[in-house]
Amino acid sequence: MKELLWLIVALPFAGSLILVITGKGLSRFTCVLIGVGSVSLAAILTMFVGVDYLNANPTGTPYIETLWQWMNVGGLSPDIAFHLDTVSLCFIFVVTFVGALIHLYSAQFMWKEEGLRRFFIYMNLFVGFMLTLVLADNMLLLYLGWEGVGLCSYLLIGFWYKDPANGYAARKAFIVTRIGDLGLTIGLFVLFINFHTLNIQAILTAAPGKWPLGSGMALVTALLLLSGALGKSAQLPLQTWLPDAMAGPSPVSALIHSATMVTAGVYLIARTHVLFELAPVAQATITIVGAATLLVAGLAALNQHDIKRVLAYSTISQIGYMFLALGVGAWSAAIFHFMIHAFFKALLFLGAGIVIWVLDEEHNMFKMGGLWKKLPVTFWTFLIGAASLSALPLITAGFYSKDKILWLSYASDKGSVWLWLAALAGAFLTALYAFRMVFLTFFGDAKKTPSQKPGLLMTIPLLALAVLSLIGGFIELPADMGHFTPFSDFIEKTLPVTLMGTTGHYTEFAFQLVSAIIAISGMIAAYVYYFNKPFPAAEPKRNSIQQFFYLGWDFDLLYSTIIVQPIVFLSAIDKNDFIDKCYNGLASLAILINKILSATQNGMVRRYAVVLAIGAIITLTIILYL
Amino acid sequence: MNIGIEQGMLLAALLFLTGLMGLLVRRDVIFMLISVEIMLNAAGLAFIVAGSAWKQADGQVMFLFILTMAATEVAVGLALIIQLFMKLKSVDTNKANTMKG
Repeated sequence: MKELLWLIVALPFAGSLILVITGKGLSRFTCVLIGVGSVSLAAILTMFVGVDYLNANPTGTPYIETLWQWMNVGGLSPDIAFHLDTVSLCFIFVVTFVGALIHLYSAQFMWKEEGLRRFFIYMNLFVGFMLTLVLADNMLLLYLGWEGVGLCSYLLIGFWYKDPANGYAARKAFIVTRIGDLGLTIGLFVLFINFHTLNIQAILTAAPGKWPLGSGMALVTALLLLSGALGKSAQLPLQTWLPDAMAGPSPVSALIHSATMVTAGVYLIARTHVLFELAPVAQATITIVGAATLLVAGLAALNQHDIKRVLAYSTISQIGYMFLALGVGAWSAAIFHFMIHAFFKALLFLGAGIVIWVLDEEHNMFKMGGLWKKLPVTFWTFLIGAASLSALPLITAGFYSKDKILWLSYASDKGSVWLWLAALAGAFLTALYAFRMVFLTFFGDAKKTPSQKPGLLMTIPLLALAVLSLIGGFIELPADMGHFTPFSDFIEKTLPVTLMGTTGHYTEFAFQLVSAIIAISGMIAAYVYYFNKPFPAAEPKRNSIQQFFYLGWDFDLLYSTIIVQPIVFLSAIDKNDFIDKCYNGLASLAILINKILSATQNGMVRRYAVVLAIGAIITLTIILYL
Repeated sequence: MNIGIEQGMLLAALLFLTGLMGLLVRRDVIFMLISVEIMLNAAGLAFIVAGSAWKQADGQVMFLFILTMAATEVAVGLALIIQLFMKLKSVDTNKANTMKG
């Protein structure tokens, strides 16, 4: 059964291809059937393949499926090959299952859209590229998937392309991530020069022998790979694209800009963890970036009024937690938080999508309110998602995943009390903005009445994700609460075990208590400030600090001032340099010739006859006398 | 009386030039068509003269071809002229210059 691994990747691609080549002849129902069906089949197949892999390789030895040799040039001979181990299994599980649920939801959400077929083409293509990314056996194939998901992200952010603002957001996302990708590309070159292969496992095996701990080359490579991860995962300083990416439809935000694509950076770092372990400085950079990002994004999320931008900043902040975990060497904790985050963040985005959908494209939370009676299923599932996001103790999955990161940010050998404090402050902010969002959206006076009801296709994915957001945490319980750790045992078949510092387990309970109190106090603060308060149905007045946070710490202004405007200025004054003169001269020449030739086309049939006669005379003269 | 090849060819050349001049100077599309016919006949005459000079039948065969072709050309040309007239209410070719670049 596990031989069918290739089919998991091929199914979404095939769905996309069928939708492309069959053209506009298909009915809407068939489009939806193909679009949703291909990903759902991939999800079912993932289950069978996963079970078969785990039965056949109980110790976690990777299963490699080589399809064909991609190319063979100058010593570079990457294969189209898939590498299945416990980490990639976890990722393809999330990608296909959450992807299938979101596709199901979109079937109804997008039903009335003109571009329904186009939507499913892009979505299926995205799932295919994402699966390529996480299953790739070599860096080049990973890079193909990496750029492919970037392309789909661009296409889907600009899905409603008739509004120029959406096109701008799409270009911004593409260009900002491309800055990070440039580093990743150079990183691949460095890897190839040093190891003469791009096969990931071969590199990871050879790296410790070639580069000593803390060597310069390891540091450079790790930092270059990190820059790719920072761009894709929207971490400081390349986080500015993600809030604008909310211009796409809500299912897109749920699938690409929260659950899967933006966690590709986490996957890349986890996959190449050996390189980062060889470069402690790079790993410390990840920690600092993660800790800084989670605070910056948390404060920004607290001051938004657009429900989707709250969730966007929240995503940046939660990926910050994952980076923090990666930085302190808590590999399995990062993957665990990735999985749980995919569940609850997809749930929150889909819930927000329903709210926006029933209120006719209303994004402003201050213009919502009082929806909990009218949309009961959406309300309860959204509440579960928000509780999981704020790490409500014991019952939600978010508690177990975030608590593990909080604990390891202090207790692991690279952890420190400062990291723990930053993460704790972030946890307070998370609970505060999550419940601010719930209270503003679902409680208080109803300022708008819903114009439609979400159907079954939209509520079933919500319910499924809500269940996962609750029970997903029970596969990994802390040491002092049963010490039931199947998930980290599963991941640690591939990734190294987290090295603990000198602190013993006896303090873990105290730390959990503190983080639980912090999370609950965040919720209480949100209740005090935002529950049933008569807010005006418009944007609230913001003082300058709030405005600063609202604009995401004004990073856009900063980049515009120090990068964009100088480049625009330089290109403006450098418009007529020598090279440009050459090209402009070519263009002028072409225009001149065009003018001369078009003057001969004067439409006078007698002139044409004259030219013919003269031509004939000249030709005859040449033939007869020369 | 024997006519030499030179006289025959001279006549054909004169006829051809007459036709060409007519084609170039007349604006009336019907006259232009007549001029083309004259040029065709000049070519035909050249074939006949050459055929009789070399005592070969090929020249007369070619003339028959030209005759047939001229007939079809006139049929097509007249049809085009009628179309042109219906479009422009005129047979002046200078007015049919809407294809200018």
